[in-house]
Amino acid sequence: MRSQTISAASSLPVPPPEAKPGKAAVGAQLRLWADRLAPATAFVALIVVWEGACRLFSIPSFLLPSPSAIVAAGLEVSAMQWLTNISATLRVALMGYVVAIAVSIPLAVALANSRLLSRTLYPILVIVQSTPIVAVAPIIVVTLGASDLPRIVITFLITFFPIVVSTVTGLMATPEELIELSRSLRAGRTREMLHIRLPFAVPYIFSALKISITLAIIGAVVAEFVAAEHGLGFFIMFSTSFFRIPQAFAGLAVLVALSLVLFRLCTLAQRWFVPWSLPKSAR
Amino acid sequence: MSEPSHVIRFADVEQTFGRNDGSEVTALENVTFDVGKNEFLAVLGPSGCGKSTLLRLIAGLIFSTRGTVSIYDLKVTEPRDEIGIVFQRPTLLPWFDVLGNVTFPLRHKYGRVSAEDKVRARELLALVGLSDFAAKRVDELSGGMQQRVAIARALLLDPDILLMDEPFSALDALTRDEMSLELLRIWSERPKTVLFITHSIPEAVLLADRIIVMTPRPGRVREIIDVDLPRPRSITTLSDPRFHALANHIRGQLFTRAAA
Repeated sequence: MRSQTISAASSLPVPPPEAKPGKAAVGAQLRLWADRLAPATAFVALIVVWEGACRLFSIPSFLLPSPSAIVAAGLEVSAMQWLTNISATLRVALMGYVVAIAVSIPLAVALANSRLLSRTLYPILVIVQSTPIVAVAPIIVVTLGASDLPRIVITFLITFFPIVVSTVTGLMATPEELIELSRSLRAGRTREMLHIRLPFAVPYIFSALKISITLAIIGAVVAEFVAAEHGLGFFIMFSTSFFRIPQAFAGLAVLVALSLVLFRLCTLAQRWFVPWSLPKSAR
Repeated sequence: MSEPSHVIRFADVEQTFGRNDGSEVTALENVTFDVGKNEFLAVLGPSGCGKSTLLRLIAGLIFSTRGTVSIYDLKVTEPRDEIGIVFQRPTLLPWFDVLGNVTFPLRHKYGRVSAEDKVRARELLALVGLSDFAAKRVDELSGGMQQRVAIARALLLDPDILLMDEPFSALDALTRDEMSLELLRIWSERPKTVLFITHSIPEAVLLADRIIVMTPRPGRVREIIDVDLPRPRSITTLSDPRFHALANHIRGQLFTRAAA
């Protein structure tokens, strides 16, 4: 918002900001920099304080390793090992996520279309959602055996619910007038769904997709904690069991980075494919 | 067979709605009136007088509990092609540009929009004064402009009947007067039978040939008033003594009822 106001102001013919920057212009420029740099500065400051505290108080690395120790531990692990673990976690997370999308959106359409179906299925969905996934994970692994399948199922279970709920909300939030317009044109319920309700649900769907992508990583890690030979969750478990705490922290950092990248990709996908679904300031 | 002089006819229409608790609400009672060919009829009344119900009955979106609503002497049993609707909110589709919104009824009904359809849509945009805005995103337009797009959209299938449900009530007062005069210009260029629902007395008097004044709960026709102001009407009509006489008369009607 702020950067827009400033660029609009500087595009005005009078007075040219380069000519003689007044106090106000300098202030605005500083605010702009503060706006852009504040998050990065805060992050760097946190790291510095962390590092300083670890050194100053000689905190043992098995309690809280310093950032530099974490980086060093991370570099000791071979690139190949990182790639294997990252790709294992990513594969499970994305497969569970994709299956969740493929199931959730048609399910939401069905629920929005039928009151009876919605009344019948909703309680079951809520029960599934209310079951702590960490508690069910070992059972699923035992039932489905040692392969990617139980891990994908666990990821699916944790990701699908937000997508269903959000999509249904979006489908039902369509302005009544547009439904009346559709009926007055006798366009049929299929077109009503495809041309009006589903596009209207897109902003809701994307909100859920952003929440669910981070949940997918959680699901994959939970599954790997229970049973896995690869993956970042497995890597962290493995590291802690040998008291390699800095290495576990390195795994955690990679996991957070992975989650952030995926979240960012969701945001970018929305901006590329459906920019209209974003508020004006976010485009 | 000669065409009947009336286009829309309400004959003793009653409309009740069931509530969730099982009780019934009467929205309309004993409603009888005709709307003539290319007549501009305003329906005026406070909220809760069943104005919107009236519009939905003509549109074939709901069906009367008793009595008949007919168009060209045919009982309304489903939505018909000769009707265009403009709602209170523009309700445009944000994923289409302005032109896409105007052609939407064709895309929605038939699944495709031909080149000729687009030409026609552009003509309609010119008619509503938005020639240069065809490729604009709808959220770049002001409220008044969005409602102009909604009017163009309603005219796309060249309807005989235009139903307008308080179309300018969400606009600011200045834009509202401007839009009223614009609507009169559009109507004179493309004569239609218009049913215009409003709760604004000046708006009804400025626009309509006749005004149906409704009473609330249940909605009944209190009076049908002929607006004998000369056409074409303009901003000067607003200062015509006759305009004020009519407006005062209607205000009196609505007030006596409120006081009673």
